[in-house]
Amino acid sequence: MAYDYTPFPYTPPPGMTAPEPRHPVVIVGAGPIGLAMAVDLALRGIKSVVLDDNNVVSVGSRAICWAKRTLEIFDRLGVGERMLNKGVTWKVGRNFFGETEVYNFDLLPEPGHKYPAFINLQQYYVEQYLAERTQEFPDLIDLRFLNKVIGHTDHGDHVSLKIETPDGPYTLETEWYIACDGAGSATRQRMNLPFEGQTFEEHFLIVDVEMDQSPFGDHDTPERWFWFAPPFHPGQSALLHKQPDNIYRIDLQLGPDTDPKLEATEEKIIPRLKAMLGDKPFRLDWMSVYKFRCAKLERFVHNRVLFVGDSAHVVSPFGARGGNGGIQDVDNLGWKLAAVLQGDAPTALIETYNEERTHGSGENILHSSRATNFMTPKSPIEALFRDEVLNLGTTHPFARRLINSGRLSRPCSLAGMTLQTPGSAPVCPGESVVDAPLNGCDGDTWLIAEVQGAFTLLAVGDVKLPAIDGIHRIGINSHADYPCFKDIEGHASRRYGIGMIYLMRPDGHICAVFDTPDIAAITAAYHQAKGGHR
Amino acid sequence: MTLQDKLGDQGDAFYSCLMDAHAGLTEAQSHALNARLVLIFANEIADLTTLQNLVQQAAQSGRK
Repeated sequence: MAYDYTPFPYTPPPGMTAPEPRHPVVIVGAGPIGLAMAVDLALRGIKSVVLDDNNVVSVGSRAICWAKRTLEIFDRLGVGERMLNKGVTWKVGRNFFGETEVYNFDLLPEPGHKYPAFINLQQYYVEQYLAERTQEFPDLIDLRFLNKVIGHTDHGDHVSLKIETPDGPYTLETEWYIACDGAGSATRQRMNLPFEGQTFEEHFLIVDVEMDQSPFGDHDTPERWFWFAPPFHPGQSALLHKQPDNIYRIDLQLGPDTDPKLEATEEKIIPRLKAMLGDKPFRLDWMSVYKFRCAKLERFVHNRVLFVGDSAHVVSPFGARGGNGGIQDVDNLGWKLAAVLQGDAPTALIETYNEERTHGSGENILHSSRATNFMTPKSPIEALFRDEVLNLGTTHPFARRLINSGRLSRPCSLAGMTLQTPGSAPVCPGESVVDAPLNGCDGDTWLIAEVQGAFTLLAVGDVKLPAIDGIHRIGINSHADYPCFKDIEGHASRRYGIGMIYLMRPDGHICAVFDTPDIAAITAAYHQAKGGHR
Repeated sequence: MTLQDKLGDQGDAFYSCLMDAHAGLTEAQSHALNARLVLIFANEIADLTTLQNLVQQAAQSGRK
């Protein structure tokens, strides 16, 4: 069924009648990134005002693939389970060359994780669930729809904003301005910041169809099917995905020399879909013809203005690295900004958001550009190599590794960066938490639920973790006066090794590892992870 | 150096083998064969630095 786009209510903001006190945080943009940012900060007791020029959730499904790491972050934000329950879980992808399946992959071959490799869930649901979650923090999150920011000025220790509403303009002051205003970021444009990278000339048609019968052959299957040169769409690529509510995502490459206005008409689209779907009836739910680019800001931190999500970086959709990358930005920034605002860390900690997330987005852009280049050969020789990789892939496993229809989003490692203390362990410093099922006095739980949100020391086995101010402790298969859990089926022991001690950041990244409970070494690593002093 | 002679007296036989593989092919088929050969050789070499070096050597040699 079609999604019901109920508008969010507008209420005249207090700043219309009297000056508002300076806010700690203003978030510009109430898409998935801005809303997640507000919830993340609220969970740490930080107030924010969220401004959006619109009053409905995303029109069209847009970002649909949410990766395991993103779901684990959403779990911490309190919306992960709801998304998992509504979403379509998938982990198998199949790549076809013509009619022939060249190879398939299983993204999560092992059990013992709360979240699957991916779910498909329309962006409008993600935004709805996050918006509803913000309503659970009425004292901390002030969500203002139809509030369009038309100007901002950085005054060194705060930023002033000019805002337009249906009732006229008003102004606000904030200590921190978080720009979550998307790929076309007006904040970025006002600041004249270069947003450079590779532009791709290919046009793609993106369509959501609703249908009762499955477009995946005879039986319905929650998988990702990708075709190079399918018989129903000669010479181009095609992608098929299942979403909730019997909605299917279809992506068709159209080539560089197409008229996007002409292509985005039912007269053009229906025959293309019929070639793919045959006689099975369908309803057109949403469509868009687009080109894309891979680009990013050189810096995400500009004094008191912080860029998060698409405003900071954009990628091609193949690899699901846009929305997922943005949520990882939020995860990285939330605890840092809260620590700075609460006087628990130096302002310099914010600079490490820049260091870590420009690195992460650089990785996303690299993978996304490579996938796009493989999918859209620019010359006869590129096409020749691509086709021969596909030909070899049907019989030789080594060539399947080269087939690139999108290297799907994985969390990046922060190894070697300022906040991490180098070390070696089954899960190395810089990597993000690897989940495992646990059993505690309140019943079964998951590692991600126990370690995310605060600095946490973790050890498996007979280790006594020292008490250090500001650091939570959990033990697995240990007996101690802090929370201890039983490993289920040995997953945690296998993944973390027995006897190793891990220091995890509030965003679930490991920042240091130890083989003995050395208080001085742990304290030093903890201070380093908080930006180096106090 | 990556471009030292390593084939030695097997060189002539290799060259014949390569020409024989192309015998009777159209130009398009030959290009496709060459592409497959590059991919198969790359997998056999299986070391990124070596491969990057070899690609660079080949690219430079062709420009003279």
